[in-house]
Amino acid sequence: MRKSVQDLKVVSNLRLNDDQHILHLQASNQLEYIHPGQFANILVDQSKNVFLRRPFSFYSVDYQNNIVSFLIKGIGEGTRTLLNAGVDSVLDVLFPLGNGFTLPEPEEKVLLVGGGSGVAPLLHLAQVLSKNSNKIHMLVGARSVSDLVEMDNYKRYANLHTTTEDGSHGEKGFVTDHSIFSEGMTEFSRIYTCGPDPMMKAVAAKARVKSVFCEVSLENSMACGFGVCLCCVVQTIHGHKCVCTEGPVFNINQLKWQI
Amino acid sequence: MADLKTKIHNIKLKNPVLTASGTFGYGVEFDDFFDVDLLGGIIVKGTTIFPRQGNAYPRMAETASGMLNAVGLQNGGAPYFASDIYPKLLKYKTNVLVNVSGSTIEEYVACAEIINELDHISGIELNISCPNVKEGGMAFGISCPSAAAVVNAVKKVYQKTMIVKLSPNVTDITEIARAVEGAGADSVSLINTLLGMAINAETRKPVLSTVTGGLSGPSIKPVALRMVWQVSQAVKIPVIGIGGIMNATDAVEFFLAGATAIQVGTASFIDPLASLKILKGIDDYLNRHHFNHINDIIGCLQM
Repeated sequence: MRKSVQDLKVVSNLRLNDDQHILHLQASNQLEYIHPGQFANILVDQSKNVFLRRPFSFYSVDYQNNIVSFLIKGIGEGTRTLLNAGVDSVLDVLFPLGNGFTLPEPEEKVLLVGGGSGVAPLLHLAQVLSKNSNKIHMLVGARSVSDLVEMDNYKRYANLHTTTEDGSHGEKGFVTDHSIFSEGMTEFSRIYTCGPDPMMKAVAAKARVKSVFCEVSLENSMACGFGVCLCCVVQTIHGHKCVCTEGPVFNINQLKWQI
Repeated sequence: MADLKTKIHNIKLKNPVLTASGTFGYGVEFDDFFDVDLLGGIIVKGTTIFPRQGNAYPRMAETASGMLNAVGLQNGGAPYFASDIYPKLLKYKTNVLVNVSGSTIEEYVACAEIINELDHISGIELNISCPNVKEGGMAFGISCPSAAAVVNAVKKVYQKTMIVKLSPNVTDITEIARAVEGAGADSVSLINTLLGMAINAETRKPVLSTVTGGLSGPSIKPVALRMVWQVSQAVKIPVIGIGGIMNATDAVEFFLAGATAIQVGTASFIDPLASLKILKGIDDYLNRHHFNHINDIIGCLQM
């Protein structure tokens, strides 16, 4: 799909907890294909200290109703302003940006590992993989049960596993402490992960030891989102690459991560 | 429709809207959004003779009404530009200019020599004002003798139009402008970014890997306007206005201050269509005020 700037109408703003909402935005034209892992850059124009757009991975895409969804976590002034977007208001959205995840062959068994708002692109990925007759396991990590939101959404597409740091849901500990990594990890032909950098590095380390294909979705700070500011670079084996155009999804073998 | 045609030395512009180097890639990144040929010209990414990896991440900090960058002239080098990028730019009918930078005078000269061989490039913009490189860059642009020396040396090997991009990080920008005019510059463009800094109070660390970086965006517009106004009175060569131009009104202010053309920079990051919208808005302004030609407002500030 060609990149474009579109006015999307807020059709619902679903509050999950104090700082997480799901925004459903409707396009006036037929949506073209959006690949899982691609992202959008949303203008926050009601906020005087916010100058640049804010990037968000697609959480889900509904081609029938031309609705795209984003999981918004209120971290700073820009994201908190978006949490208050009113139904029927219009947001200026630049999309689709970047490349997405490499899709597995049909029937492959895959593991999706998400932490925090990093779960967002993994739902979109699970939606697409479920149509590809993949066997999908999804592992979501959080601090506490109250941070685990919309789990029913994931259960629709995947066998869901959870960890919480306080043990209030699923296994206690970090995602990489989960028994799935000690028991049947080599059953998975691919691992896809998105979340905080330390979590992704820990997952990548597990994948590397067992030589399992692993892709990570990065979230470097960026000004443009389409490859002209050159601010969002990551060190790869081929030098600095823009996360916005060469990523945000990278195979761990491309990255110069110390893992 | 007003007549928007203007001229920078030998470069004929169908309109005075250019794009600032480092904010417009090589133009092709905008092909999805609009017909780049509608603009007066594009100035592509800063090019050096040797490939540069640029500075480490993080390279960007958002600030009040602006942003800091510390990219550090990441580019594939002039030979790579000539072999791999230049062929993709042949499709453009509008002017394509290359921003040329270096760490030594010899590097500027070697880079300009390669660009000089490329027929489809209308001119160069000599970057003596990049604040994000350890050697060269801004160092040449903050003293009159070194600015004149690099302009002089490049003038000997580069036959087409040479614009010199000036740094605002100086005591008196008119002195530098006069020095480069005397050394053979055909035009000056200003301003490059203002040297700035951002600190994360929570971590007590600088935001940028390089600690300092270049400030751009609407926060620098008043400084840029003042400098364009001063320089346009100090030199006879055309002045190109740059600095925080977000809309057509901003652009008109630069024309009134004396700019013959303008460059849209950071605005393109937020709205890839910004330069096109500014072009249309300039025409609307001229029509609304019953001016037939862009020249009717250039330097026409009423005191």
